[in-house]
Amino acid sequence: MDGFIELDGVEKVFDVRRKAGFLRRERHRVRAVDGISFSVPRGGMVGYIGPNGAGKSTTIKMLTGILTPSGGRLRVAGIDPSRERTKLAHRIGVVFGQRTTLWWDLPLRDSYGLVRRMYRIPDGRYRANLDRCVELLDLGELLDVPVRQLSLGQRMRGDIAAALLHDPEVLYLDEPTIGLDVVSKAKVRQFLREINAERGTTVLLTTHDLTDIEQLCKRVMVIDHGRLVYDGGLSGLHATGGGERTLVVDLERELPPIEDAPGARTVKVAGPRQWLTFPADHSAAPIVAAVAERYPLVDLSIREPDIEDVIAKMYAERGV
Amino acid sequence: MADRFPVAAGLRGYALVVAMWVRSTMAYRASFAMTTIGNFAASGLDFVAILLMFSHIDALGGFSLAEVALLYGATSCSLGLADLTLGSMDRIGRRVRDGTFDTLLVRPVPVLAQVAADRFALRRLGRIGQGALVLGWGVAHVDVAWTLPKGLFTVVMVVSGAAIFASVFIAGAAFQFWATEAAEVQNSFTYGGSTLLQYPPTVFATELVRGVTFVVPLAFVNWLPALRLLGRDNPLGLPGWVDFCGPFVALLMLTGAGLLWRVGLRSYRSTGS
Repeated sequence: MDGFIELDGVEKVFDVRRKAGFLRRERHRVRAVDGISFSVPRGGMVGYIGPNGAGKSTTIKMLTGILTPSGGRLRVAGIDPSRERTKLAHRIGVVFGQRTTLWWDLPLRDSYGLVRRMYRIPDGRYRANLDRCVELLDLGELLDVPVRQLSLGQRMRGDIAAALLHDPEVLYLDEPTIGLDVVSKAKVRQFLREINAERGTTVLLTTHDLTDIEQLCKRVMVIDHGRLVYDGGLSGLHATGGGERTLVVDLERELPPIEDAPGARTVKVAGPRQWLTFPADHSAAPIVAAVAERYPLVDLSIREPDIEDVIAKMYAERGV
Repeated sequence: MADRFPVAAGLRGYALVVAMWVRSTMAYRASFAMTTIGNFAASGLDFVAILLMFSHIDALGGFSLAEVALLYGATSCSLGLADLTLGSMDRIGRRVRDGTFDTLLVRPVPVLAQVAADRFALRRLGRIGQGALVLGWGVAHVDVAWTLPKGLFTVVMVVSGAAIFASVFIAGAAFQFWATEAAEVQNSFTYGGSTLLQYPPTVFATELVRGVTFVVPLAFVNWLPALRLLGRDNPLGLPGWVDFCGPFVALLMLTGAGLLWRVGLRSYRSTGS
């Protein structure tokens, strides 16, 4: 199947000038994006993660037509973003987490009015879309409030609605949950799930909050030093990153560390409680069975690897 | 539809954004009233300085008070019009630095229109109002036998002058793609240039007059056409037809500034800052 978003060997090279004396400038080239290829089908929902300066924002800027790639081929909905930026604008929605596009001194409603005129959204469609966003993002009471009086979470919800009024086929979100409280985060995630499921809106989001990825994206792409180092499911990320799951067992009494559980290793003992780790892609069943058979087991629980640790480990292994 | 015609799309987008800024301003009515009056008064003080000068002398560089008022009013109106329509373009440097410029690039409206309309401030009507008053007074008191062609000539002079200043604003904004601090250089041409043009060219050194005629053609804003209007000789001894070149110079400069803007935008999009 042809991708809706397609990148083939996309590169972005910056010439950076650095002060190297009173008037002297040193030039050197920075490969911010170094040959990235991927394809996202229509209706996909993908997390795009990586440390600061890895090339995430640069990729998004190329996908929206803000930046012109230095090499490779890039298509969004069949359009070359850098060449037909204005045409593409009608088909994409962009939310920059820390840069609001709402009008500070005006009621939220006025910002939406501008979007309606700028994108020439027909009245009926505009009303339907606005009503929907207002309902799902809980904006009803905020429409007549000047944006400067909104909380960060309210403003973010307002920004997301603004990006969706013209029915974009693709939605790019750059850190959509940054700085939000738990309730706002949950609302934003729920909303994104719904528009993705109902409208088939393709969603690409960058985030530092891995819970976003865990709750929203079946597929995750990890970028580092301008290269794609992982592209696949979340579970696979655990395996690739050498993630480990932890089995916590509570025994009837204090015992020496368990050493005969297949494929597992005891890493900690505290009184009757012991912690055993095993590779994330292994099944817990044989280990649990072995422990239950040989030891007086009272209770047990399994902890999934922390995705942040997994990624940190992945970077460490690549010698970052 | 209109999107096929970039100029129409640009003007429409410009009007949309301007309307938003006007509404934003009206959220603080009292502040708007005060800044407009302040703007009117501050630009008016300039002319008070000229009036004070004339209380001691009868002519400045051979120009009477009414003639200076005509020069002053014409350039003030020209700059005021350019300042009103795109006076906040120099904010583009800040937008580039804080990254909000990118949010303009993902909208289906030409960026130049959005940047031109940025921070549109109605209070700048103050400068135009003050300039128009002085111009009106000068027109009424100079020793010119007014005819319809001369009146039209004056209007064309003010409008081409505004276009020349506008092109300097656009060029200044374009330069900020390379040097985000370039705003001051541009201000020295627009605001500084306008101060120069408020006085008769005869009070300045020939070299300076030559500079603003050929290098940065600000002389076409009012000096050359006004000299013709007042029946004066060109201080550089240029042929008479040059006095009528204002609109062409304006068109040429606007085209140049537009091209510079395109190059700047392209450079931004290839370097990101």
